[in-house]
This record gives sequence, C-alpha cells and structure tokens, in this order.
Amino acid sequence: MTLKMLQDGSNWMYSNVVKEHFFHPQNLLEKAPKKGEFDGFGEVGSPACGDVMRVWIKVSPDGKKIKECKWQTFGCASAIAATSMMSVIVTEKGGMTLEKALKVTPQMITDRLGGLPTRKIHCSVLGDQALQKAIGEFRSKKD
Amino acid sequence: MTVQNEINALIGKKSKKFIYMDHAATTPMDPRVKKAMEPYFVENFGNPGSFYEVGLKAKMAVTKARENTAKYIKALPEEIIFTGSGTESDNMAIFGVARAKGSGHIITSTIEHHAVEMPCEQLEKDGFKVTYLDVDKYGIVDAKDLKNNLQKDTILVSIMMANNEIGTIQPIKEIGKIIKDFNKKTGANVLFHTDACQAGGSMPIDVKKLGVDLLTLNGSKIYGPKGVGVLYKRKGVKIKPIMYGGFQEAGLRPGTENVPNIVGFAKAFELVQNGMEKENKRLCALRDRMINGIEKSIKKVRLNGHSKNRLPNNVNFTFMDIEGEAFTLFLNELGVYASTGSACTSERLDPSHVIVATGVPYECAHGSVRFTLGHSSTKEDVDYVVKMVAKIVDILRKISPLNLDEKTLKSNLQL
Repeated sequence: MTLKMLQDGSNWMYSNVVKEHFFHPQNLLEKAPKKGEFDGFGEVGSPACGDVMRVWIKVSPDGKKIKECKWQTFGCASAIAATSMMSVIVTEKGGMTLEKALKVTPQMITDRLGGLPTRKIHCSVLGDQALQKAIGEFRSKKD
Repeated sequence: MTVQNEINALIGKKSKKFIYMDHAATTPMDPRVKKAMEPYFVENFGNPGSFYEVGLKAKMAVTKARENTAKYIKALPEEIIFTGSGTESDNMAIFGVARAKGSGHIITSTIEHHAVEMPCEQLEKDGFKVTYLDVDKYGIVDAKDLKNNLQKDTILVSIMMANNEIGTIQPIKEIGKIIKDFNKKTGANVLFHTDACQAGGSMPIDVKKLGVDLLTLNGSKIYGPKGVGVLYKRKGVKIKPIMYGGFQEAGLRPGTENVPNIVGFAKAFELVQNGMEKENKRLCALRDRMINGIEKSIKKVRLNGHSKNRLPNNVNFTFMDIEGEAFTLFLNELGVYASTGSACTSERLDPSHVIVATGVPYECAHGSVRFTLGHSSTKEDVDYVVKMVAKIVDILRKISPLNLDEKTLKSNLQL
C-alpha cells in the first residue's frame, strides 16, 4: 500500500465510485416482488459467510436482452456497491444481451468501481453469479 | 419514503460532526501528557545510558516514570519493564516464560487479544500444549474450569483483565488465588499473566491483590502516547529475553529507552488512575443511557457482554440482518467513529472470535458494532448516535435480503 493509494481512497475507504454506489444504490429492490413480476431470480452467498446477494431480472419480450435488474444485498459496503454496479452494467445502453450478461466477471465490476481492496474482491463481488443464476432460471422456465 | 430518500435525509444535510466513539482502539493524548513529554524531545535528548549530565537528566526522567508507575500498581520500581507496546509486553511475558521453562502447558481463554492468542498459537507449533478456556455467554471465564485445567506441567496462565471488544471484566483476583493455592498444594510454579491494556484506564490495579506475576499495560488506551507499553514482572519471576542487544530494562528490553514515551506513559497512567472514580461514574451513566436507547429503539439486537460486569466505556451490539462494516461506513459519513467485529474489517476475513466465542452464530456476528466512550463523550453525543444508529440499521435492513428469525441470535446462547 502506498501513500497515494491511501490519498485517493483506493486502498482504504474505497474509491469515490464505490462510495457513490454505496450511498446511492442503483436498482435496489424495495418492495417484495409480486408473483410473476420478474422473469428470473438468483441468489448466492450465505449469511454465515457474511454476504448474500439476490438478483431479479426482467427480460425483453424477444427474450434477448435484460430490461431490468433489481437486487438486494447483505454484506459490506463493497458488496452493496458491487451489486449496484453490476445492475447498472447489465441494464445501461438499452440493456445487455443475455449472452453478454452471462460473461460479466468480477473483474469487470471491480474495474468499473475504480478498484477494490484485493481481499474484498472474492467475497464481495458475487453479483455476477446471482445474475447467472437468474438468467439460468429464466431460460429453464422458457424451455 | 424510498431508501434513497432515507439515505439522503440521513447523510445529505448538515456538516459532519466529530464524535469519536472508538476509545478502545486508541485515545487522543491528554494535553497534560504532551506537556510532560515535550522537554524530552529536543531539550533533554540524552541517552539514559550515557555517563554524563545530559544522559543523567534522561535517566532521572525514566527512573521517576518507573517509580511513579510502580506506585500506582503497588509494585516495586524494579518490577516495571518499559516496552514498545502492549503487544510487545504480551509477547515478552508469554515467550519469555516459555523460553525460561523450555516446555510445558499454557492456559489461556478463547477471547484474548491477538497479542496473547497468536503467541500461544505459535508456542503450540513449537511443541507447547495450550488449553483455550471457553467463556460463557457474557464472555466470562469460569474460574472453576480454569482450576480443573491446571496440570502438573502447567507453566503459565494468561487471562485478560477486561476484554477489548465486549468490555467483560474477568475474575482475575479469584483466578490469582486459585493459582496460588495450586502452587502451594502441589509445589508447582504456575505463573499468572494478565493483559490489562483495556482495564488500565478505568480499573484500579493492585498487582498484590490481583495475585498476578506478570501484567501488561500500554499508553495508547489511556490518553498517553502510542508506542509504549509496560510489563510488570514480579520480583523473582524468571523470564528469558525475546530480544538481545543491550542492557536496558534489566536486559529484557534492549535498545535505547524511548524517554518521551516513557515519561508520557507514566503521566497518562497517573492521570487516569487519579481521575477514574469521577470519570467512571460519568461514563457508566452514558454507557447505560446508550445501551437502553439502542435496546428501546431497535428490534433484533443483542447486547454483547455483560450488562453490569463490563468496562464503564464499552457498548457492543449485534444488529441482525446487517453487516457491520457497511454500518460503520454510514457512521463515518456522519462523523461518528466506531468499530465493527465484522469479517470485512479483519485480515483473517472471519468475524470477531470474541463475539463468536460468546455464542453468537456466524450469520449474526457480522453485524456487531462496538462503541467505546471516553473523556470527550457527552450525553448529547450519545443521544445523537442512538438516533442515527436506528436510522442506519433501518436503511441497511431494507437493502438486505435477510430476515433471520430472532431465535437464531439466541439459539446458541443457552450456555
């Protein structure tokens, strides 16, 4: 850790982007979803480990793109910010195709957040796995 | 109201406060301590080991600090060893005894500070036997359990005087007596060490009454300087050094004495020991106000530690369904500083071993937050923080998908 990393927040209290998403969580699910409101749901993590993410998606009528991605997260600030960022990545610019969304990686989310402390990445960037499960559920329902 | 509106209402408005509630991590220095230290940086810079007047002045300062510190713990000056930190004192005591005895059995508890826990773990790897005593749901060591675990080859017992996380005060006097009786009865020579770093600021310390052979103190928790500790070593107790290179501190702590820090420690210790009666009363009232406030305004919480048998400045709660690091980041945004037992702030990525040892299940332990009050804390601060805590918990619970049964928190607590 260098002085510069401390000064710009990338190794201590998080980058400004992380803080922005933590204090302004995007696409948070605030009301319990009605039956059939979403097309897919996925959950990862465990309360005992300290991180749980739930993701709900709506898919475009043609079944190709993600239209909405809502989430809830139990975890530290980086877990909350990372899930928020993930939801932005897959819904921005008219929505990501399911193919592309399946390839969203923790690294992509971390990069967009302006970096995270190394030891945080494997436990707090789990949103992509919840998303994959949600897409999987959507596809299995369709089949 | 949406979650975003709630967050904005919480952090959006006024300028940041400065409410420091992490005095168990470290305390600000008392200005009187700083004043006492000042002459020993530039003016009286001498090496206490030098045989001329400049050195003599430094040596006198160290000697006075030693005598003063000894007086407050009812020890002899030659029983005081100045070290570089509480951690160093703990290491010196544990490795020092282990190296002097060569082999044997050590008893400690599951809620010790890492500065005791990790040396014991290392000694286990080196072939020593270590027993880690469980604690009850309040974090208290059972003295009878300790008695039952004393063995013929036990060389050392190390139990902290008061816990740094949950503030629980241990029955040190009772343990001291048990060990003395055991030694008398069996002819054994079990030594007793206690880490009193957290206790030093708010409890009278009489090494004779406590019946300890070794006792750790440090400066950074008592409004003194960081980087200075004390190990009390009863006269006649043999330990081997863990560092070599000089004859300072009876050869146990080689290296030129940190004169300003030693002077600062002694001054700080004098001030807290003299002032504690009044300050403890004030802090206990604030502590109980905070505990009652949180219990009244927030559901699904657990007070960690004992309601009465705890340090005057310690408040520690587990909030279900949320994670402590996110919580403290909100507090930080408000200018309120507290710490968490969550895995996310630990290098080991495990939640606090202390909270877990008291029976809080892992899924709840992550939501533990410690507030430790101090000289600067006021009733207004406490009321403000209680109000903010309720709001933050509410927001984070809305972000969290968890809604664990309250019984989860209580399930393991029937010890």
